[in-house]
Amino acid sequence: MQEKVQQFPPFRAGQAAHAHEAQAHQEHHEPGFWQKYIFSTDHKVIGIQYGLMSLCFMLFGFFLMLLMRWQIAHPGVPVPVFGPLLEAILGQPAAHGAISPDLYNSFGAMHGTIMVFLGVVPLAFAAFGNYVTPLMIGAPDMAFPRLNMASFHSFFLGGVVMLVSFFIPGGAAQAGWTSYSPLATTIPTYGQAFWLVGMVLLITSSLLGAVNFIATIIQLRAPGMTWMRMPFFVWAQFVTAFILLLAFPPLEAAGLLQLMDNVAHTSFFLPTGLAVGGQLADISGGGSPLLWQHLFWFLGHPEVYVLILPAMGIVAEIIANNTRKPLWGYKSLVYSALFVGFLSFIVWAHHMYLTGMGQHIATFFQTTTMIISVPSVIILTCMFLSLWGGSIRVNTPMLFALGFLPMFGIGGLTGLPLGLAASDLYLHDTYYVIAHFHYVVAPGTIFALFAGVYFWFPKMTGRKMNEFWGRVHFWCSFTFMNIVFMPMFAQGIKGMLRRMSDGGVNYAAARVPNAIDALPGTVMQLNGWILWAAIALGIAQIPFIINLFWSITHGEPVNHNPWQATTLDWQTPTPPPHGNFAHEPHTVRGPYEYSAPGHATDFTPQDEAESQAAPKNPTEHH
Amino acid sequence: MEIPYTVQNRPDTGIYNAKLGIWLFLASEVMLFGGLFSAYVLLRVGADQGMWPHGWLNVTLGTVNTLLLALSAITTLLAWAACKVRDFGKFKLFHGCTILLALTFLGIKSYEYHDKLAHYEIALTNGKFADGHFVEQSKDFDLLKKTGTFTLHGHIVEDRRELMDLRSPEAQAAKHEEITIAAADIKKMGNYGPRHNTFTAIYFTLTGLHALHILGGTLVIFYFWGPGSRMWKTDPERFTNRIEVSGLFWHFVDLVWIFLFPVLYLT
Repeated sequence: MQEKVQQFPPFRAGQAAHAHEAQAHQEHHEPGFWQKYIFSTDHKVIGIQYGLMSLCFMLFGFFLMLLMRWQIAHPGVPVPVFGPLLEAILGQPAAHGAISPDLYNSFGAMHGTIMVFLGVVPLAFAAFGNYVTPLMIGAPDMAFPRLNMASFHSFFLGGVVMLVSFFIPGGAAQAGWTSYSPLATTIPTYGQAFWLVGMVLLITSSLLGAVNFIATIIQLRAPGMTWMRMPFFVWAQFVTAFILLLAFPPLEAAGLLQLMDNVAHTSFFLPTGLAVGGQLADISGGGSPLLWQHLFWFLGHPEVYVLILPAMGIVAEIIANNTRKPLWGYKSLVYSALFVGFLSFIVWAHHMYLTGMGQHIATFFQTTTMIISVPSVIILTCMFLSLWGGSIRVNTPMLFALGFLPMFGIGGLTGLPLGLAASDLYLHDTYYVIAHFHYVVAPGTIFALFAGVYFWFPKMTGRKMNEFWGRVHFWCSFTFMNIVFMPMFAQGIKGMLRRMSDGGVNYAAARVPNAIDALPGTVMQLNGWILWAAIALGIAQIPFIINLFWSITHGEPVNHNPWQATTLDWQTPTPPPHGNFAHEPHTVRGPYEYSAPGHATDFTPQDEAESQAAPKNPTEHH
Repeated sequence: MEIPYTVQNRPDTGIYNAKLGIWLFLASEVMLFGGLFSAYVLLRVGADQGMWPHGWLNVTLGTVNTLLLALSAITTLLAWAACKVRDFGKFKLFHGCTILLALTFLGIKSYEYHDKLAHYEIALTNGKFADGHFVEQSKDFDLLKKTGTFTLHGHIVEDRRELMDLRSPEAQAAKHEEITIAAADIKKMGNYGPRHNTFTAIYFTLTGLHALHILGGTLVIFYFWGPGSRMWKTDPERFTNRIEVSGLFWHFVDLVWIFLFPVLYLT
């Protein structure tokens, strides 16, 4: 193995001197505020920019959800506290402080869009990926720093366009985050056009990021950082970047076509004979609504793995670090991630069993869907087995990582009935689906993201976040998250549909003689419980927000490697300077050398020179 | 701080950063145009019997444009080769040709667009259809409505389907002449713009996006040909890489046209 290590030009000494020079140079020209925080090309600053902005968007998306939950639990009743504010800002759609069905629809569409495209993906992929990946592979920065900056600015613009759409006449997009045509074209608002333009900007941002990540991981690995020495986090980001690179463009194509439908009045997705409001629409027709769904879900399903893979990467790092032993089945994890990435491109139509696309196609897609659950289960199993026999350090990041495992497990397993056409026909578009994917993304991915924030915060600031309030944040979030989502499984199985703006009141009232009640009272009652659990969940985030900002200046100061981790991101000065490493790191071993027999400490950094590290003959100790 | 392998190849991957970057970008472009081409296939397969147009586009102009782009691919390659052998004069000459060829392509394309936008189909109150190009310079519909008459250079058909296949012998034999139509006889009229039918929609979208790519590529090549060529004096190797990378993009854009031409013009 040792012979295979690439010999690179000996620029280590020269590089260090150069870095020194550069630093001295920099001290002369201290970059101003704009240069340093807004137009920065440093991957760490860009990572933090992404992180803060996506956290803000997640909070905003959460507020939209609270307003919707109020409307579901108390349809037509003015929203307390925020009602007058809503009416002042949005006018007629929020008359008397109550949420009209149109407003409910646009909140629903924008909650999904914001959470997925402006919250979770930028935080999981762009923020953590940007900050941590170059550090982990021993690179001075991303391969294309200026593209990186352009990527963030494009993301920012996309976010602005999405937010602005709330204030235009007619309001924001109302056709769901999936924007199915012809609905998306026939709703009389330009919100949809704003949504599409915003999406094109966000897609551009993702593409620039994906190209940058892949090029960085392929080209800028430090000497000795072979593929199988990369931490699993880097592998997860690598596969994610490929998914974004190849799955997003078809949605961009679909977005352009729908934009043409909305602005140039073409009929790409509008069928012949389409009637709007009882009148034949003035269109040429001949389009295919199914085409939009195919193009949308060609991104939409891989996007699920964009949400989950970086989270798995974060959890894997934290588990290895806090069990103080190597990750169980590193190679299985890597190959499973690659297989998931590949297979995620051929499962998309399992979202479309109800469209009448045909039995044979449904059979094909439910087969691939069942197959893709295998590598996902392998990944989760490896993580569970990693816990076996470890002396587990329980701290806030580890708590969130441990919380991720069963929550993602519930989310994944409840997806199986949705992947099979026969059971999906019944469960499609019910709250069961909402519960399923929220278990994957909210207590799943978002818990992993919280874990990542607590874990890498000391690297970014040199201080730890408060442990006590971290635990309060975890236990409250864990409890209320489950009270919010668990009842939705029951509601869905009882037949509550996902897009009803009155929370099912009218549907429940429609009683057919001699038939089972459409929605029994107990199911409707759950709406009230979920509302209060959601509000409590919101309150549970306050300790986190305060902790995050308070700890920047008041947290417990720590050294460069407070978790005693092995990966290269912890072998840099804290916070890492421009250029990251004092010396170019030479990687000599795998990423998870914890508790190596014969080593003085229970962790052996990847770049620690061989002589003082592992024992001469490790077999002796087994 | 300096990022490694911006100019030199990394020994174990055998490639420099920007070249890998552009190949990845082109992979995403393949998926973008792949999505649009599959939309084309689905729309065409799903079209009603006899309602998918044939022969609506000018094959001669399309062929000329194909040749222009093929030629520009050659000049792009030669420009890069000239950089490789450090002949700056030849580089200027060849990439100058590339820019001229690209601009000619865009000129022809705009002429074709204009031709489609000036082409009207008019549903008459008697159930027939008039089809042809406006003779008047002004195409202000509201104004013409008041003046009372329109003059078209074209013909009148019984059934819309007759307008679909312009390669058929009947369509070839049809006599085009100046016809004048009274505003009162018009039920509905519209030009051959994107909203005319799904063929013009996908035609304008695909070729429009392609033309944007041509425009972008031309701007980049123009920058390297003009102000950006100062780098030749300071770092010729890096400059050569830039020409190679922009050339790869240009070849891709040419390749897209090689698919667009038969799909839209010849079938």
